[in-house]
Amino acid sequence: MSKGSEIITNEISNTMDRSGDQTMDRTMDQTMYQTIDRKTAHLIEMTGICKFYEMGDETVRANDNINLIVEKGEFLSIVGKSGSGKSTLMNIIGALDVPTSGTYLLDGEDVGRMNDNQLADFRNRKIGFVFQQYNLLPKLTVQENVELPLLYAKVSRKERSERAMEALVRVGLESKASNMPNQLSGGQQQRVSIARALAGSPSILLADEPTGALDSRTSIQILEFFKQLNEEGNTVIMITHDSSIALQARRVARITDGTIDFDGKAEDYARII
Amino acid sequence: MRESFNLALKSIWGNKMRSFLTMLGIIIGVAAVITLVSLVNGYMGYMTESFTSMGTNQINVNLMNMSTRFVTEEDMYDFYDEHQDIFIQMTPSVQVSGSVKAGSEQLSSTSVTGVSEEYADMKGYKMETGRFISYPDISTRQKVAVIGYFDACQYFGSPENAIGQKLKINGYAFFVIGVVQRQDEDELEEGGSDDFVLIPYSVACKMSRSSIPSNYTFATKDTSVSEEAADILETYLEEVYRNDDLYTVTAMSELLDSLNEMIAMMSLLLGGIAGISLLVAGVGVMNIMLVSVTERTREIGIRKALGARRSVIMQQFVIEAALTSVLGGLLGIALGSAISIVIGPMLLQTETPPTAGAVIISFGVSVAIGLIFGYMPASRAAKLNPIDALRSE
Ligand SMILES: Nc1ncnc2c1ncn2[C@@H]1O[C@H](COP(=O)(O)OP(=O)(O)OP(=O)(O)O)[C@@H](O)[C@H]1O
Ligand SMILES: [Mg+2]
Repeated sequence: MSKGSEIITNEISNTMDRSGDQTMDRTMDQTMYQTIDRKTAHLIEMTGICKFYEMGDETVRANDNINLIVEKGEFLSIVGKSGSGKSTLMNIIGALDVPTSGTYLLDGEDVGRMNDNQLADFRNRKIGFVFQQYNLLPKLTVQENVELPLLYAKVSRKERSERAMEALVRVGLESKASNMPNQLSGGQQQRVSIARALAGSPSILLADEPTGALDSRTSIQILEFFKQLNEEGNTVIMITHDSSIALQARRVARITDGTIDFDGKAEDYARII
Repeated sequence: MRESFNLALKSIWGNKMRSFLTMLGIIIGVAAVITLVSLVNGYMGYMTESFTSMGTNQINVNLMNMSTRFVTEEDMYDFYDEHQDIFIQMTPSVQVSGSVKAGSEQLSSTSVTGVSEEYADMKGYKMETGRFISYPDISTRQKVAVIGYFDACQYFGSPENAIGQKLKINGYAFFVIGVVQRQDEDELEEGGSDDFVLIPYSVACKMSRSSIPSNYTFATKDTSVSEEAADILETYLEEVYRNDDLYTVTAMSELLDSLNEMIAMMSLLLGGIAGISLLVAGVGVMNIMLVSVTERTREIGIRKALGARRSVIMQQFVIEAALTSVLGGLLGIALGSAISIVIGPMLLQTETPPTAGAVIISFGVSVAIGLIFGYMPASRAAKLNPIDALRSE
């Protein structure tokens, strides 16, 4: 079921490439219509998510009763001060960790009930990670790095290399396919990691401080690129501590002491800071 | 599976130095096992063979003849005739010391032994040319000699030429009446198994001034009755001498038994050494794999974040460990085989080819080591939490 809808999503984003911006809303409606057989129409539905850490006799409430709904095609940034619980939330959204309590549905699947293997498969199918430190494997070529998620999805060798090349074309690095990651600049490496995230056609692009290691000019390029990917129909969730970067998204959720205390349009967020 | 295989190869190749050091333990372990086993095996085989060629159904009797208590060859023959059901051959064996000359040449390493007509059958000798010593030669004390192939060729040119020629033993002239077929296919040398002179024992007794022989060799019908035969001989000799210091009865089969026991002991010892050295190699593999897991924590985290299941990570590390061990094992086999082929002839003057058993077992063990000792680090790698792993530097 979910595989099928992924393909549909893909087709839609392809159509959009050609038809442009103004059909955006219609396409989103269409997506919802296509996936009406789901239990929920939302892409992400988090209710009462808590993540507590026991530190000796005190409990750290890293995430405390988080409610969040994200629709397909949104560009959301999660902003907050250091220690506010952003990474904790990202780990849960990215299915790297399960919440202490609360329910998290992604594409209608209950992540909280998954075992280790199911989580691995789920990450593979649904999440495209973009890390602050790029996290490319230094001993593999750029193309092999991009192929990794496809390898774990058991895609055939030939299709793997085709889809990896496609993803590299989208980030404009097809000429660097056989280079090693350390032969690339930071911005290029981050684009490779975006290509890797895109290669598996995930439901969400999940970026944790994607510009944290880049200079401001390259940061702007990467942010522009995220915007473009979002306009092509990809759902993007970006985590940052920097409000000015958060404002590049269309929607902003602010997390303070483990709780979301603002959730709205970027313009509204700009007004309160 | 094939992907993991390629991945493992890549990782081994990517860390050439570390991989080689890991393998070194296995290479040395396997090579040592193969070399030791082959050397001991070759040497023991050589020993067993020389024992067997002496005849495992043979019993040597050594007597100290006193003026009051003694056994003559007639007594021995009477005893032998009485026990025809057990014995098939018997010969007195009288060593003659002194000089042997063929023409003007001195044969210093050639042994001269006085024997009976049954000696040829007992030794399994076939005649190259001429005939063996016969009963009339013995009873009439003919000065005739049967010589080995080496002596025939060395001193008379060829076996055919040797017949009718004269040999001087302690100054007495003996006529060569026969040449025994070549015994040692590989080597024909002084002091070897083709260098001997045999004469009638009656003549030998006379020459050595002890009128009755003090050494006999019996051959039993079968190795299985050797012990029984030795017992009968001892009983008989005990009756005559009343003192078991005055005679010795040595069954070749007993020597072979103790040799076999020694071989078994050696094998056990070797097995122990082999086991320990391979265990050490295994711990080495485990150690390096554990280091490699720690070193690659971040890589494991990334792979897991991208959707690698535990089993995939597990597979990657186990295959890597197994492959390292297999490669090490193969190199060890090559090294061990080379050493045992080269060193055997140098050290022990005998061929010591690597034994199939040693090769198969040490290879099997090295693979097993890879799998067993690779498992622990691999499962540690697979269990790593991707969040913690990603955070590590
Ligand atoms: N594994 C853990 N064990 C105990 N406490 C933890 C653990 N992980 C996070 N915390 C605590 O939870 C709180 C939120 O941490 P989190 O890493 O989510 O913050 P953050 O918003 O990502 O901060 P930063 O911007 O500095 O990365 C912190 O107080 C932190 O100390
Ligand atoms: Mg963080």
